[in-house]
Amino acid sequence: MATDLAPPPVKAAKVAGHKPNRAQTLWRYRWLYLLLIPGLAYFFVFKYVPMRGLQIAFQDFVPFLGYNGSEWVGFKHFVDLFTGPDFNRLMYNTLFLAFLNIIFVFPAPIIVALMLNELRINVLKRSVQSLIYIPHFLSWTIVASLTYILFSVDYGVLAGWIHEFLGGQKIDYVAQPDWFRSIIILQTLWKTTGWTTIIYLAALAGVSPELYEAARMDGAGRWRQLWHVTLPAIRPTIVVMAILMSGNLLDMSFEQIWLMTNNLNRGTADVFDTFVYYVGINQGAYSYATAVGLFKGVAGVLLIFGSNWLAKRLGQRGLF
Amino acid sequence: MSVNQYRSVGSRIFDAINIAVLVGLGLITLLPLLYVLAGSFASESEIASRTFFLWPEKFVTSTYEYIFATDVFIRALLTTIGVTVVGTVVQVGLTLTMAYPLAKRYLPGRTLALNLVIFTVVFGGGIIPTYLVVRDLGLLNSYWALILPLAINPFYLIIVKSFFQELPEALEEAARIDGATEMGVFWKIVLPLSKPIIATFSLFYAVGIWNDYMSPLLYIDDSSKWTLQVLVRQLTGADAQNALSAMETVFFPTQGLKFAVVVIATLPILCFYPFLQKHFVKGVLIGSVKE
Repeated sequence: MATDLAPPPVKAAKVAGHKPNRAQTLWRYRWLYLLLIPGLAYFFVFKYVPMRGLQIAFQDFVPFLGYNGSEWVGFKHFVDLFTGPDFNRLMYNTLFLAFLNIIFVFPAPIIVALMLNELRINVLKRSVQSLIYIPHFLSWTIVASLTYILFSVDYGVLAGWIHEFLGGQKIDYVAQPDWFRSIIILQTLWKTTGWTTIIYLAALAGVSPELYEAARMDGAGRWRQLWHVTLPAIRPTIVVMAILMSGNLLDMSFEQIWLMTNNLNRGTADVFDTFVYYVGINQGAYSYATAVGLFKGVAGVLLIFGSNWLAKRLGQRGLF
Repeated sequence: MSVNQYRSVGSRIFDAINIAVLVGLGLITLLPLLYVLAGSFASESEIASRTFFLWPEKFVTSTYEYIFATDVFIRALLTTIGVTVVGTVVQVGLTLTMAYPLAKRYLPGRTLALNLVIFTVVFGGGIIPTYLVVRDLGLLNSYWALILPLAINPFYLIIVKSFFQELPEALEEAARIDGATEMGVFWKIVLPLSKPIIATFSLFYAVGIWNDYMSPLLYIDDSSKWTLQVLVRQLTGADAQNALSAMETVFFPTQGLKFAVVVIATLPILCFYPFLQKHFVKGVLIGSVKE
């Protein structure tokens, strides 16, 4: 994207040999620049000023002393993070959830889209499709509340059913650390699968019917059509979604995890973002929390560029 | 002849299973919501004694009567509506005004501004530095803290920008020749042409604010300024009891009350759902194509 100085709409006549100076340019486009200012101000104040605030990761920040008055301590907080007990736990919890996401959450919408694609009763197809993405619009608070309502020991309908069916001791699914990850993955599946399905269905809709026709002429059954026509057709979409996912590998939904965290399961539940909030806001350790956040941010950038590079190496079109 | 492939026994069994699984998925989505709705109209004893139901034996509205007679709920509801309405106007306004100049290919400095925006998608200051900025601005416990820090979503901005670029340049040209200023063109030509996309992103932003839990969690301590999402959390979370003592009103959250609050916080979204459905799908498709 080069700054092409295409002729401006009015007074397009750029006098030969006379290059407009900066002031003239500013004046000519003053209205456009004026419109740009509020938005730029937003990005400056709420995105770039905080980046400057990252310096407190290298300080012992005391709010009272401010950014300039606080003492510089170099990499102390990072050393604390990497040598302390928290890092391994956070990394393990995050990567474990990421792993479960790759195995269960990533393929789910692809499978559902393929199933919907095979459905030839249009009314049913459209109703199922419209139903399963409702949860996308519900907040994590609602999803968490539904989880508590359905799975709590005392009242939970589902917990009750499972207990009746399997017998044994009653299990407190929402409080037990052992069940934390299963609950999180179930929530994510419930909330996101339907929505992501739309993207794959759009890709499927673009597959030319002639390809299927040709495959049938060659004697391909439904499975072979799926394998040799449908899947190759949506492969680029799958790759893009995979890059996006691996770029966000460390980004668990803060709200989701936080809402399901309690004092019993904190050891299993904590991921980087929730830990940053807990240590920074609840305990006031601003500098340490910022260091943890900065580590995650840098790792995230590396993941995005890494997965994009990998996709290109594998002969796919990357994101950028 | 081409229908033959669906006639074999294997094919039919597959179809049957396929339909069963998909209908099952639809039910898994729908039933929890219907159960909560039914439960919000049932008596406490019925919720405790019946395991699962979609219609209360005895239709009771006392939970809702209680809610709409209690300050805490009314305040949270009004707060959320107010913040959502004002916030949507502000956020859509900022997005539109910024997207328009960014859509002008000939504007010097445009690429720089775009790259500054895109960079924030990849990297940011994170939770604590942003919190400190909001605090330094004196926005803690202010409703603006629920609106301004998330004012422009970079993805929406890029999509709106792309939309503006597609608008026929000739129309704007004609207006300029008629003597309209750049502001006039934006206000009288561009915005009226953009009604569908303005509607789409108003809904996007409104749902975002309505559902936001993290901002109030970070920036609002004052329990008189709680939004609905916070209230839902306080009533239904595992530590409901502790949290509730933070409010002046101390009461035991009954199951029915939990159900009803969930319904109230969900209902507006579901009412808009038919519109959302139309626009959002378009939105997500534009997004996935342009990205």
